Amino acid sequence: MTIAFVQGEPLSPMRPPNMDVGPLRWLRREVFSSPMQGIATAAGAYVAYLLISSFIDFAIVRAVWQGSSRAACSDVPYQVGACWPFIWAKLGQLTYGFYPADERWRVNLVFVAALILLIPLSMPRAPYKLPNAIAFFGVLPVFAYGFLYGGSIITPWLSVTSVVFTVAAVISLALHAMRLNEQANLQPLRFGAIAVAMVLGYALSGVLNSPRFAPGMEFALLSGAGAATFEALLDRRASRMKWGAYGLLAAAIALTFAAAANAPFLEEPSLRVVPTSQWGGLFVTLVVATTGIVASLPIGIVLALARRSDATVLRFAAITFIEVVRGVPLITILFFATYMLPLFLERSPDAMVRVLVGISLFAGAYMAETVRGGLQAIGSGQHEAAAALGLNYGQATGLIVLPQALRLVIPGIVNSFIGLVKETTLVSIVAIFDLLGGLRSAFADPNWTAPSTLYTGFAYAGMIYFVLCFMISTYSKRLEERLRVDHRT
Amino acid sequence: MTPDAPARRDETHRTALVNDPKVRRIALQALLIILLSFAAYSAVKNVATNLANQRISSGFGFLSQTAGFGISQALIPWSETMTYARAYMVGLVNTMLVSAVAILLSTIFGFAVGIARLAPNFIISQLARWYVELVRNLPLLFQILFWYLAILAAMPPPRSALNILGSVFLSQRGLTLPQPVIQPGAAILGVAALAVLAAAVMIVRWSRLRRERTGFGMPRRVSLGLSALAIASLVAVFLLAGAPLQLDAPQQGRFNLSGGVTMMPEFAAFAIALTFYSAANIGEIVRAGIQGVGKGQTEAGRSLGLRAGSILRLITIPQAMRIIIPMLTSMYLNIVKNSSLGVSIGYPDLVSVGGTILNNTGQAIEVIAMWMATYLTISIATSLFMNWYNARIALVSR
Repeated sequence: MTIAFVQGEPLSPMRPPNMDVGPLRWLRREVFSSPMQGIATAAGAYVAYLLISSFIDFAIVRAVWQGSSRAACSDVPYQVGACWPFIWAKLGQLTYGFYPADERWRVNLVFVAALILLIPLSMPRAPYKLPNAIAFFGVLPVFAYGFLYGGSIITPWLSVTSVVFTVAAVISLALHAMRLNEQANLQPLRFGAIAVAMVLGYALSGVLNSPRFAPGMEFALLSGAGAATFEALLDRRASRMKWGAYGLLAAAIALTFAAAANAPFLEEPSLRVVPTSQWGGLFVTLVVATTGIVASLPIGIVLALARRSDATVLRFAAITFIEVVRGVPLITILFFATYMLPLFLERSPDAMVRVLVGISLFAGAYMAETVRGGLQAIGSGQHEAAAALGLNYGQATGLIVLPQALRLVIPGIVNSFIGLVKETTLVSIVAIFDLLGGLRSAFADPNWTAPSTLYTGFAYAGMIYFVLCFMISTYSKRLEERLRVDHRT
Repeated sequence: MTPDAPARRDETHRTALVNDPKVRRIALQALLIILLSFAAYSAVKNVATNLANQRISSGFGFLSQTAGFGISQALIPWSETMTYARAYMVGLVNTMLVSAVAILLSTIFGFAVGIARLAPNFIISQLARWYVELVRNLPLLFQILFWYLAILAAMPPPRSALNILGSVFLSQRGLTLPQPVIQPGAAILGVAALAVLAAAVMIVRWSRLRRERTGFGMPRRVSLGLSALAIASLVAVFLLAGAPLQLDAPQQGRFNLSGGVTMMPEFAAFAIALTFYSAANIGEIVRAGIQGVGKGQTEAGRSLGLRAGSILRLITIPQAMRIIIPMLTSMYLNIVKNSSLGVSIGYPDLVSVGGTILNNTGQAIEVIAMWMATYLTISIATSLFMNWYNARIALVSR
């Protein structure tokens, strides 16, 4: 018995039928799988062809590229597509509004600076995330304010530094008070001494008060911290009382900077003041959107934490605020900020500032719900573990809960930015000229009234909005995928 | 080993009042209340000073004054001699109208878009996808202005109006539709229609109960016959009552359109923009809902021998609705809130009419408070209704 043939290795799989591979398979399965599908495909392809070809026809083939008035776009023998000279003529107005032409480099500079900071911030692999974030969220706004609004170049920085050190002094004093609290003897006396010193300092500052400079806060902190340091020196365990000294230092620096910010001789290297009524165009769209984005995050985090707090009054206040703001249209909030806010305050703030306040509060309320979603996803085990390690509320929230919660909702946060970019268009209803407002006023120019300028203007603005929003949404989707992969490990 | 050692430790390390969580909580809230009341106090004080400076008296007394301005679209009777309160009601009705139209149309269109996005056909799904991408990435206000300024304003004058489907006309004056005209005798038709509907509902319920009891459904021939009978009887009643319900189709005259009902261009542009914008979002919601139903459900349906349509109708959609409804609720609320954008093109909605009142009287606080109260009421009422509906269709877990 001989074995005629033994198959030594497995047979290679047979090729699928020709109709079931490659593009043919795709055609058969997804395009012409049944007669009905075939008809649908043909109809769909026709519609797609019509849309694409008419857009190309409009934007390129039948477009007018050169000219200086509407005559270029209306006195043409054929039916005109886009009237691009209209955009060239209005480009400045659509981008900067009525910002003076020779000062527009300031806007460009701020824009480039923002871009330089934003690009590495949005790339997951770029290093130095924390300094970058501080530069973007902390330093850039001051820079932008100084350059866009104008006035002295140095003073805004001095004021901001002064505020930062004032906050540092307050924190130091609070930490000193906490340390005092741990020591049993003479507590009321020591607290009382600091409080008296602060009141005295506040009263003393009245001597120095002038319309320009009212350093009451800094003086109160300075003398309070001075009293704290003095006590610490009397104490035997002075090493434990270093916070009083730090507070003294911070208050002194804050006072110096506040005084410097008001010094007349620092007014000088200054930029021409451009009042916000002259701002407009794409630039205002970006300013409003960026302010909303930057301000909404801290407001949202505070509101979300307040909404989850045990303190009834705090929680109730947060819920009321969030639900009222989310229950009404943005336009009523903007009307509130524009017409009602000035009545509530002693001095009416600038129109742009009012709108920015309205947008920030609105975005903050929505952000609060996004952040709350993340907070709810963090198990109570995390809180308990933090408590077991002896962390207090601030430490547990800042070090354990928030970093995890925010990481979970980053895609939601980025998504809400798209909504914010789209919602900035509403400011044009309360007389702020953003891109859309600029577009409407460009349409009103009698030099350019032709039917084709309307379509051209909408095509131009539409492309800008689309590119902006599409970029953010694509970025958000990629981010979502990346974070999801991270969570699988 | 002194017995009083623990007591002494307690004394030196007693919890200070400041560290007691309860005390802290109360102190914190007291501080918050003080801050809030201080803010409220200073706000009220400033309001009083500012209003006194502007010579405006606060309060809702202005509502009973004569308004004296025209409103271009009023569904309830309106004339300039009526009060501000009435004007506000006219605006509210207009807001409700455009919201209702947009909700209805965008739900139908949005479901179509959502299903088209999941279609196996490549070109159909890509068309739906790019429609959604385009519409969702452009601001709504931009789209409203586009429809109003670039499309409707560029329409031909009425004498050469664009004719769609024979009896719908689009012109500078807006969208003209056939108008149903009700004549005496229509009540009989209505009663007949109700009776047929009631009979149909009862037969369907009886048939379902019978199927659940015996396993036999109604044969297809019988159900078709019954439907034909229902339609035939309605037609008979219609003819016997002397055709009491007719459509007044618009006619294209030499200079103008006559007949039919015309929707002003502001309304038409606004409703179209709101519908397209919301439909894209509803399409995404529907897609998310359908994709949220596990693939195993479809496969199980297929292995049971159900046709594709039956799988969609009996298995996928009922489960997808549980995911869709909550998201749809917030979308409907968004539509109501977005209906406030009509002010940008002069559609006389709540915000537009309220804005005119605000400018005429200077009663900013009262008008804004009325807006907020109105929108909050609508929001809360819609959520309550949708929560009720959601609870009805939610999964009953045993």
